[in-house]
Amino acid sequence: MAEFLRVLTDNADLFREGFFNTVKLFLIAGVGSLVLGMLLGAMRVSPVPALRAFGATYVNVVRNTPLTLVFAFLVFAVPKLDVNIDYFPSACIALTLYTAAFVCEVVRSGVNTVATGQAEAARALGMTFGQVLTLIVLPQALRAMVPPMMSVFIAMLKNTTIAAGFSVLEAGAIPAYMSERGEPQFAVLLWITIGFLILVLPLVALQRFLERKWAVAR
Amino acid sequence: MRYKRVAAVAMMASLALSAAACGKEGNPTPSGGNASGGAQSDQCTTSGVTFTPKTDVNVAGSPTFQKIKSAGKVTIGVKFDQPNLGYKDAQGKRCGFDVEMAQYIAGTLGVDPAKIEYKEIASANRETAIKGGEIDYYVGTYSITDKRKNDVSFAGPYFVAGQDLLVRKDDSSITGKDSLKGKKVCSATGSTPIQRVRDENLTEPNNIVEFKTYSECVSQLLDKKVDAVTTDDAILKGYAAQNPDELKVVGQPFSTEKYGIGLPKDDKALRDYVNDQIEAAFKDGTWQKIYDGTLGKSGSSATPPQLERY
Repeated sequence: MAEFLRVLTDNADLFREGFFNTVKLFLIAGVGSLVLGMLLGAMRVSPVPALRAFGATYVNVVRNTPLTLVFAFLVFAVPKLDVNIDYFPSACIALTLYTAAFVCEVVRSGVNTVATGQAEAARALGMTFGQVLTLIVLPQALRAMVPPMMSVFIAMLKNTTIAAGFSVLEAGAIPAYMSERGEPQFAVLLWITIGFLILVLPLVALQRFLERKWAVAR
Repeated sequence: MRYKRVAAVAMMASLALSAAACGKEGNPTPSGGNASGGAQSDQCTTSGVTFTPKTDVNVAGSPTFQKIKSAGKVTIGVKFDQPNLGYKDAQGKRCGFDVEMAQYIAGTLGVDPAKIEYKEIASANRETAIKGGEIDYYVGTYSITDKRKNDVSFAGPYFVAGQDLLVRKDDSSITGKDSLKGKKVCSATGSTPIQRVRDENLTEPNNIVEFKTYSECVSQLLDKKVDAVTTDDAILKGYAAQNPDELKVVGQPFSTEKYGIGLPKDDKALRDYVNDQIEAAFKDGTWQKIYDGTLGKSGSSATPPQLERY
C-alpha cells in the first residue's frame, strides 16, 4: 500500500501535467465537437436536401474512420501539403472532427423522438420556425439527448489517450514515462484508472442533474 | 408496470453501452514504418557470422533454461524498427546487432537459430513480458538501470551507447546538447532521452515532441516539423545510414547507456551463464565481427565494453 502511494507522490508532477492536459484536451474538443455536432445535426434534420446530404456524408465518412487514422492524417499527411499545425491543436482538431460525427447522430435521434405531427400542429397554430424549434421540438429533444450525449463524451474523454501517440503529453503517455522510470506498471495503470474514474464522475453528475431537471411525468 | 420499467432500464443500459462502444477507439497502434518502410532501400546487412548451436549444454539451477530445453525453442523479445540494431526487413528477415547477439546467445543455449521465436515487445512492456514468462530473454537497446533490476536482471553490458542527436544534413545550427534551445526535439514517448531533455531544460517544454516510435520522429524530421531526433547514438546511426543524403548524427554523446540482456530476475544461474558467453564473444572476436557487420557499417568503430557481473 505504501509502495502504491509512493508511485503517485514520487511522480506527482507527471500525473498532474498528464491529467491537466487530458482535461484541457477534453474541454476544448468537447466544446468544439458539441458546436460542430449540433451544426451537423441541424443539417441532417433540415429541410434542405444539399445540407442533409452533406451531413450524412460527413457522418458516414468520419464515423467509419478509426480515430488513430484521423490523428495520423493531421500529423503525418497534412505536413506534406506544407501546412504546419502544432501537435496540441492537431489533437484538438482530430478529436473534434471525430466526436462531432457522434454528437450529430445523438442530436438527430433526439429530434426524431419528437413526432412530426407536433411540429406540424405548431405550424398550423401559426408559430414561426424559430418558435417551433425553441418551444416545441428542442425542449423535448434535449431530454432524450442527455444520456447518449454523456456516453459520447465519456467515450471522448477516454479517446483523448490516443493523443499520447501523437506528441501530446496527457494521461495516456504516463505509462511510458513511468516504465522508463522503473515504476511498477500495475500501480501506475491503477492510478490512471482511478484518475479517469474521478474525471468521469462530474460527467455522470451532470447527466443526473440534467435528467432530473428536464424530467416529466409520463 | 414494474416489468416494463426493468425492461426499459435494461434497454437503456445496453444502448448506452453500444453508444460508448461506437465512440471508443481501439488501441493506439503505432503507425510505424513511415520513414523506414516504403521507398527507402531496406538493406538488411548481416555480419556473416554463423551461429551453430552448442550441444551438451546444461545450466544447472536455471528454470528458464529448463523451459527452453524442454520446449526445444527459445522465445526472445526484440525490437523490429531499429535499422542495424533490431530490425525486420520487407521480406520478414530479422537482422541487426541486437538480433545477432540474441541469436548468438540462443546458440550457446543449444538452440538452433531456426528454432528461435521472436516477439516484438515495446519498450514499456519489457519488464512485464519478462516477469510474465512471455519471453525467455530480451535483447533490444535495453539500458541497465537500478530501478529495472527490481523487476528483471541483466547480463552484460554487451554494448555501451550514448544519447546523441540526429539532424537534417544541411542543418549546422545544432552542434550538441547546448544548442537545442528554441529547437523542436523529438524522441519516443516517455523515453529516458526525452525525460533528460525535459529535466535539464535543454529546450523549452512546448518544443518537446514525442511519438511512439523513432521512425515517426524521423518522418517528422524529414518533414521539417522537428529539428532534431534524440536517443542513443546506436539507434540514430542506423537511421542516418538509411538516409545518408538527408540526415546526419551530430556525434557529441552526452550520456552513457549500458545495454544489457534482460533476464528473469530470480535466475542467477542463467545470468552467470549468459555473462560467460558474452565474455567469450568479446574474447574470440565474435562480438567484433557482429558489430562490424551491423552497426559498424555506419562508419564508427567500437570495442567490447567491460562486463558488470552481479
